[in-house]
Parts: sequence; C-alpha cells; structure tokens
Amino acid sequence: MSDGKRLAVVGAGAVGGSVVDLAAEYGHTVVAFADSSSAAVAGDDSGIDAAAALDRKADEGTVGDADPDDALHADYDVLVEATPTTLGDAEPGFSHLQTALERDRHVVLANKGPVAERYGDVRDLERNSAGQVRFEATVGGAIPIVSTVEDLSPSHVTAARGILNGTANFILSRMAAEGIDYEHVLAEAQDLGVAEADPTFDVEGTDAALKCVILANVLSEGEREFTLSDADVEGITNVPGSALELAAEDGRTIRLVGEATRDGIRVGPRLVPQNAALAVTGTRNIVQLETTHAGQLNLSGRGAGGPETASAVLGDVGRLE
Amino acid sequence: MTSALNSESETDAESDDRTRSQSCGSRGDSDVDTGADGQPQPHTIRLELPDQPGQLLAALEPISDNGGNLLSIFHERGNVTPRGRIPVEVDVEATPDRFDAIVSALRDGGVNVVQAGAEHYAEEVVVLLVGHLVDTDLSDTLRRIEQCPAASIADFSLNAPEGRTDTSSARLRIATRAGATAEALEMVSDIAEEKELHVVEPLTGGAA
Ligand SMILES: NC(=O)c1ccc[n+]([C@@H]2O[C@H](COP(=O)([O-])OP(=O)(O)OC[C@H]3O[C@@H](n4cnc5c(N)ncnc54)[C@H](OP(=O)(O)O)[C@@H]3O)[C@@H](O)[C@H]2O)c1
Repeated sequence: MSDGKRLAVVGAGAVGGSVVDLAAEYGHTVVAFADSSSAAVAGDDSGIDAAAALDRKADEGTVGDADPDDALHADYDVLVEATPTTLGDAEPGFSHLQTALERDRHVVLANKGPVAERYGDVRDLERNSAGQVRFEATVGGAIPIVSTVEDLSPSHVTAARGILNGTANFILSRMAAEGIDYEHVLAEAQDLGVAEADPTFDVEGTDAALKCVILANVLSEGEREFTLSDADVEGITNVPGSALELAAEDGRTIRLVGEATRDGIRVGPRLVPQNAALAVTGTRNIVQLETTHAGQLNLSGRGAGGPETASAVLGDVGRLE
Repeated sequence: MTSALNSESETDAESDDRTRSQSCGSRGDSDVDTGADGQPQPHTIRLELPDQPGQLLAALEPISDNGGNLLSIFHERGNVTPRGRIPVEVDVEATPDRFDAIVSALRDGGVNVVQAGAEHYAEEVVVLLVGHLVDTDLSDTLRRIEQCPAASIADFSLNAPEGRTDTSSARLRIATRAGATAEALEMVSDIAEEKELHVVEPLTGGAA
C-alpha cells in the first residue's frame, strides 16, 4: 500500500463524487473538491468533510463556499480531473491539468479529452514537471487496461480491440435478444439510465473512438500522436434489426468494435461469432490485447459507473510514486 | 502502368481489353472441367503479373510448351491488384492432364497463378450489407462482387421486413482465394460506398 495522498477532486458528478466518497477507504485524504461553480477547500491536512460536501452537492447543488479556482491552487499531491470530456482544446480539463503540472503536482484523469485530443501537449507538460499524469479511468472504466499495457510494455502490444461503450453494447445486445428496433431499445435504455438524454456521443461511436485514440497514443509511445480526427468512426444508428437477424441465423451477432494500433483507429459495427469473447452483452466492456510474447489477453468488466470509474482513479493514485 | 504489357499484347487482346476494362475480372468459372475425361476442354487461368516488360510472354510459353491451345488473353487495363500486379486472364484449351501440367509449369516458372480451372477458393468471409439494397440494383451489386477474381459469392440472404423499397439487409458469404480476404472486403466496401450502402464487416485474423 502506498502512502496516503492529498487529493484535489475537480468535478462533482458521478465520478468525482465517488472518488470523494471512497478516497478514505483507499487511505487518501480529499483536501479540495470543486464543481463548476463552487469548492470546498480544507484548512489543514485532515481534509474536507467528504460526507457533508456530498450531501450539500445533492441538496443545494454546490459543494462548498469557496471558488472552484481555490481548489486548483490548494495544497494537494494529486489533482483528480473529473470534469466533462470535451473535444478540440479539451477544456476546461486541459487547463486544470496544466495548472497542476506547472505546480509539480500529479494528475489523474477520468476526463478523456486531454489524452485523446492533446496527448502531445500533455506529455510535454509532464516532461517539464515533477508531477506525473495517469489516466486508467479514461479507457474501460473499472478494467485495468492502460496499466496492463504498461506492464506488458507498449512495444509488446501490437493491437488493442474491444467493446468500449456500454450504451451502444446494451442497445445492440437488446436489439438482438428481443428482436426490437433501435428506437425502442434506445428509449428503454434512457428509461433505465443506461443511455443519456442525448446519446449521440455513445451511439455515433465517438466515445468508443476517444478510448481507442487514447490506446493508440499509449501504443505508439510518442512516435505518432493521434486525435479523434485520425479515427475512422461509424456508429450503430444504421444497424437495423434485419441485419441482426441475418447475423443470428448464421451464429453471429453485431457489436460496436473499436480497434487501436500504432497505425490507426477504427470503430464500427462488426460481425462477431455469438460465442466470441468480444460478444459481451449488456453494458459490459471488454478489451482484447494482442501481444508479441503472451498471445491474446482478454480483459472484461464494468466500463462505466461512478464507483467503478473511481476505483480506477484511486488505483492510479496508488501507482504514483 | 500497363505499358509493359501493352507492348506485348496481340491486337485481339487489345480490343477485348477495351470492352472488358470496366470489370473486376469476368468470365464465368462454371464452364470449366465439364467435358468428358481426357478430351480437350476450355479452362480459365488467372494470373497476376508484375508490371514489367517480358512478363506476359514468359507466362504464356509454358502453355504451348505443354500442348495447350491458347484461346484468348485478357488483361484488365487500369486494374492493378493491391500488390501492384496486373491481373491477366487466359483461356486455354487442353486435356485435364495437360492443363495440370500447364499450371504446374507456370507455377514452377515463378508465375503467380491465382486461379486455375476449378481450383477451390480457400477462405470464406461473411459480410452484411445494409441500406437501400433493392433500389441500388442488387443484382448489379452481386454481379460486380462475383466478377472480381478474388471473390465468389457462396451464399446470399436478403432480409427486407419493410418491403423492398425501404432499408433492408443482406448477408453474403463470400469465398475468396487464399490470402485475398482483405482484398475482397475492400472491393465490397468500395462498391458499397459508391451505392451509399453500409457494410458490416467481420473481425478477421484470429480476432473476436
Ligand atoms: N461516468 C462514467 O462512468 C465515466 C467513466 C469513465 C470516464 N468518465 C469521464 O469522467 C468525467 C466525469 O464524468 P461524470 O460522469 O462524473 O460527469 P458528470 O456527472 O457530468 O460531472 C461533471 C462534473 O464536472 C463539473 N464541472 C464542469 N465544469 C467544471 C469546471 N470548469 N470546474 C470544475 N468542475 C466542473 C460539473 O459541475 P456541476 O455539478 O456544477 O455541473 C460536474 O460536477 C468525464 O470526463 C467523463 O467522460 C466518466
């Protein structure tokens, strides 16, 4: 067990909230916590009152009386970045990361934006900082994918492919199992909270593509930088029930598969055997790594959710020196 | 690209070339090996030749050397394989024994014979096509896939629940020659793109 760290958690949604909730269990102290309009900042190293801040967030929508900026400049060891993923400049996440690294603090990302859209910039800032950047939670939620690739060494991993979006996988597997149309399953998924009101990011393949972009960046070890614009992306909105039926008649099914190699990224609906490892059902995620000396590795589990993602974040915190 | 071949080609090959230059291979494969045993029959041999002078001539020599009767030569101008080779189709009349000897001699001479007579396709790949399949001339789609030397449609299934004018799906099992799966998939996706259809490709190469 590593030494307890002082955490500043920026973002008070499903992920940030769970990190604050679980940090003590992992031996860490939350010294600052911010949402988009407020912050709670501890007066000393004993940290903030996590339960009180979470209650206040639930009741009043704010986490404290301080300014969000105060959290970024608090006395922490690790900044946990859990604000919304954005494309292009990856803000506000990127500036948060920059502020922490320039102060020689570590950064653990749940936010995919900085490592998907500005990987080179992130690594440049890290090079000039005593702080490190880790981002296990950005790919596959609870599943330890980035750290497994690190353990194997990226140069020994030739490809990563998998099911990296639970919403799209839920929709495809329900369509196949129930013989119902995309629109109906989407409505059901929204009722269950599996799909967001605006599911575009998930069903158009963007979210899966961002995760593959991150994996491609890890695999290429700085030889080449990838962003979303390098990815060949197709979503599931054009997959009708009739296609799933034809696939099933032949012992196959359709899954939204993402592939990442040093040469590029491809995300799209693909035919896979019904009994294949990749044919996971529901919101489950799976990643298959092709290695030079260790064959194929399959890692599967929960790809999203507050506590699941927080467990990956806190795992990263534990890996920091 | 094809100048080296052109310089060697016969005039009748030239004119055939013109009429067939649009297709990705052609000529049915079904009419081979149907004659009585031991009788000369027509055979189709498909070759892929490097785009270099002398290659076609070198490739044809073993045919007459082994008692084959050259019926026709087609090379597909502007149609280059992904490996930069030029597909050439040769129709030969020979007895089954002599035909086998011709193919062996071609291969021994280093000629890349991609299909000879009733040679079996080695690999199979299943793809789905989704979209306005009927409105975009389904039979043309299938014919064009079938015409490609790399591929042959082994099985086809259409699912059009909304009737033939709406979005429908089709499953194609395509037999391809050894190592040509990627080429066949690329060809299908080119045709699909042109017709604004969606392709659901399989994961290939040990994945899944
Ligand atoms: N949910 C998952 O399962 C999962 C899994 C892997 C990765 N991620 C990534 O983790 C990040 C957080 O996800 P989430 O589900 O927790 O999102 P969320 O529920 O939408 O929460 C986002 C939080 O960020 C806060 N925020 C927005 N702008 C901010 C700013 N400028 N400064 C400080 N806080 C700001 C929001 O504040 P307000 O509360 O004031 O609006 C909100 O609390 C996203 O980037 C997501 O892609 C999520």
